[in-house]
Amino acid sequence: MTAKKIGDVILDVRNISLSFGGVQALTDISFDVREHEVRAIIGPNGAGKSSMLNCINGVYTPQQGTISFKGQTFSHMDSHQVASMGIARTFQNLALFKGMSVIDNLMTGRNLRIRSNLLLQALRIGPAEREEIRHREFVEHIIDFLEIQAHRKTAVGQLPYGLQKRVDLGRALAMEPQVLLLDEPMAGMNLEEKQDMSRFVLDINDEFGTTVVLIEHDMGVVMDISDRVVVLDYGKKIGDGTPEEVRNNPAVISAYLGTTH
Amino acid sequence: MQTTFPKLLLQHAAERPDAAAMREKEYGIWQTLSWSALAAMVEALACGLHQAGLRRNEHMVVVGANRPRLYATMLAAQSLGAVPIPLYQDAAAAECVFPINNADVRFAFAEDQEQVDKLLEIRERCPQLEHIYFDDPRGLRKYDAIGLASIDELLAAGKAFAALHDGFACAEIAQGQPGDEAAMFFTSGTTGNPKGVVHTHNSLLNRAQAGARFDGLTHAEEVLAYMPPAWIGQNIFSYAQWLACGYVVNCPESAATVNIDLKEIGPTYYFAPPRVFEGLLTSVMIRMEDASAIKRKIFHACMAVAQRVGPARMNGQPVGLVDRLLYRLGDWIVYGPLRNNLGMSRVRVAYTAGEAIGPDLFTFYRSIGVNLKQLYGSTETAVFVCLQPDSEARADTVGVPIEGVEIKVADNGEILVRSPGLLKAYYKDPEATAEVLSADGWYRTSDAGFLDAQGHLKIIDRVKDVGRIAGGANDGAMFAPKYVENKLKFFPFIKEVVAYGDGRDRVCVMVNIDVEAVGNWAERRNLPYAGYTDLAQKPEVYQLIQDCVEKVNADLSRDQLLAGSQVSRFLVLHKELDADDGELTRTNKVRRGFIAEKYQPLVEALYAGKTAQYIETAVKFEDGRSGQVSATLKISDAKTFVPVKAAA
Repeated sequence: MTAKKIGDVILDVRNISLSFGGVQALTDISFDVREHEVRAIIGPNGAGKSSMLNCINGVYTPQQGTISFKGQTFSHMDSHQVASMGIARTFQNLALFKGMSVIDNLMTGRNLRIRSNLLLQALRIGPAEREEIRHREFVEHIIDFLEIQAHRKTAVGQLPYGLQKRVDLGRALAMEPQVLLLDEPMAGMNLEEKQDMSRFVLDINDEFGTTVVLIEHDMGVVMDISDRVVVLDYGKKIGDGTPEEVRNNPAVISAYLGTTH
Repeated sequence: MQTTFPKLLLQHAAERPDAAAMREKEYGIWQTLSWSALAAMVEALACGLHQAGLRRNEHMVVVGANRPRLYATMLAAQSLGAVPIPLYQDAAAAECVFPINNADVRFAFAEDQEQVDKLLEIRERCPQLEHIYFDDPRGLRKYDAIGLASIDELLAAGKAFAALHDGFACAEIAQGQPGDEAAMFFTSGTTGNPKGVVHTHNSLLNRAQAGARFDGLTHAEEVLAYMPPAWIGQNIFSYAQWLACGYVVNCPESAATVNIDLKEIGPTYYFAPPRVFEGLLTSVMIRMEDASAIKRKIFHACMAVAQRVGPARMNGQPVGLVDRLLYRLGDWIVYGPLRNNLGMSRVRVAYTAGEAIGPDLFTFYRSIGVNLKQLYGSTETAVFVCLQPDSEARADTVGVPIEGVEIKVADNGEILVRSPGLLKAYYKDPEATAEVLSADGWYRTSDAGFLDAQGHLKIIDRVKDVGRIAGGANDGAMFAPKYVENKLKFFPFIKEVVAYGDGRDRVCVMVNIDVEAVGNWAERRNLPYAGYTDLAQKPEVYQLIQDCVEKVNADLSRDQLLAGSQVSRFLVLHKELDADDGELTRTNKVRRGFIAEKYQPLVEALYAGKTAQYIETAVKFEDGRSGQVSATLKISDAKTFVPVKAAA
């Protein structure tokens, strides 16, 4: 385990613009993410937060701009490639396999790391079996970490929403990512669930040194757990800095609270 | 045979080094700790603790859930002649201050971050608390409090020390004597500070062994430890008897997984308070109600057979051939799978204790073939005083005195116990000790009861609550409010009962109906109602409660001592008794005196023979507002029965 120490820039987003037909979703956005930090993207509804994450994740291809990850620069990212480079994400509206158990859902997160071929896996022979045991062990550590031991074999669809969010996070963690993208991890949660989730995010960042980029609506949560915050409004960046700086930024205050004109 | 806990550990490690001592589920797999590995761990911990300064007769706190290293730490402390004090892991930080200061504790074992936080929080008030060792390092990496160290560091230091001082731990263990203090348990006093109950190795082990002999326990038993280790019940089952018998103690993965772990382990020896058995039964019943009609029919038909045949079968009474075959069939399609689902397929002996268990609940488990029995004991008696023999388990008694125990009943009805398992003393409190322990070795239990014709002990009530009927037909008869209340509460329709009768000419009760059970009952009868108050005053509901009361009366009339406690009048209260209104304690016990004052007009009306009474009461709502509830309550008479002389 490494103690948390914020390092160099690991992910650099430069002059990203994205539009859907006539709708300008993102306009000339630039910001960077340093290794081991918790970086938040905030903004009102429709500000372009999820679009930004989708650009990094390779779901959307921006019309302009570049994204650099660990020194390599891309004009657009490819989802599969992004995942294999060590960027994992969770989804705002959960994208789990509801009929499958918690363990099976988490095991899908190990998919990219499984080396043996389909046939060996299906027959569960020799190396495939040993490999599965190894991956299962890793998944068990995640189950322990997220405290979901009681739900190992429960179908995900039967779990309450807060626990499904935890499983979603667990699957992203199963990829052993360097950078974790979290899309509104606390949305729809009650206070206790939010506290639990904040603790997990901090522990992940702390114990595994994982860099976290998160989108969040709950300002209290953001200010408490982030190292630096980017503020978007109508697809434009209106603020960037520590929670303290952002809190005192007039443009941010006006976007969130409105001003008299 | 007199010995000590650490000596027993060494004995098991020498005789069966590779046999399992404990299992703990971690990362989804049951990890086994053998007796020899455990002994090695205990020796290293003992060396580490000695090096850190723990000395003979000093006290050490352990706080956490059931974990192998918690029990190993207790053994390590005892190896050095120190006295472990297990504390409740769910106690608030402030509650830990008194025990720690009372016993001048310098050393503590804490399971995880939660417990460490608690100890650090009270450290200012407990300045002598120098060393805190934690088991689970999660979240503790950035803590830099002085004296805080992981148990791994302690183990490493201990191993280094042992390498230089060969045989140190064994020499320390050899010095321990059976009469030495072994452990201290703090009992939650209802008033004032908790009292530390001091037990010696001999008092705990003597009782553990007597209990084991009573039930023929061997080293092949499997036990799941999931109640707090600070509760002497858990400590006896997963520590004293564990070492006395050498069986396997299994530690669940987390509190949430107990039911899953229970199924996986399939314990052979099981212990739980009644509410656990009740919870298990409720979850089965709810799932059964959701099952298809055919399955429900089969289930209920089989359960009817079980109720008729099961208890007799368990008690070794003769059962007819047809019933035997029917039961065999039921066992194949229902009881067997059900036991398996409850994790009780392998249970040979199951005990319940701590509070009264409802006869229906008790019979349910015995009828499906689980050997559920009751026992009587307390922290002060090292648990085992009375146990029920396998074939004589009854819902209303707590068993026969086991070997070594003498019981007599004082003039005021109080049960006195003399046994090798009695406490040595209350720690630093000779006055309290003298109050409960007489010079010739009798312990006052403060429970009232008697030995029945079959030699079974029957508990009636707390001594201070037992009263006398004054005047009327039953002048001078004994009145035990809790006994009457419990009997009524065992009906699912009745949630709370307050009984009056001390110093009066007859017994009257006020009843709270269980709004869910009665509501359900009303719905099935197409009986419309608006809420609790409305439902409570329905004539049909009064009739329902009257039937319950009269059943209890019929039952009481067969009781030699308590026939005079039959209920002659009752009413159903218009509001639910609530701890927020001060009517119940926080642990949901009725506060009889307070309720009598608050509802004085009702009590008067009960005794004045009125048939209805108007009452206004202030209530506090959950949001903190208060309001008034008023109603005119009906009062009904209940049939009482002429006492029946019980045939011996």
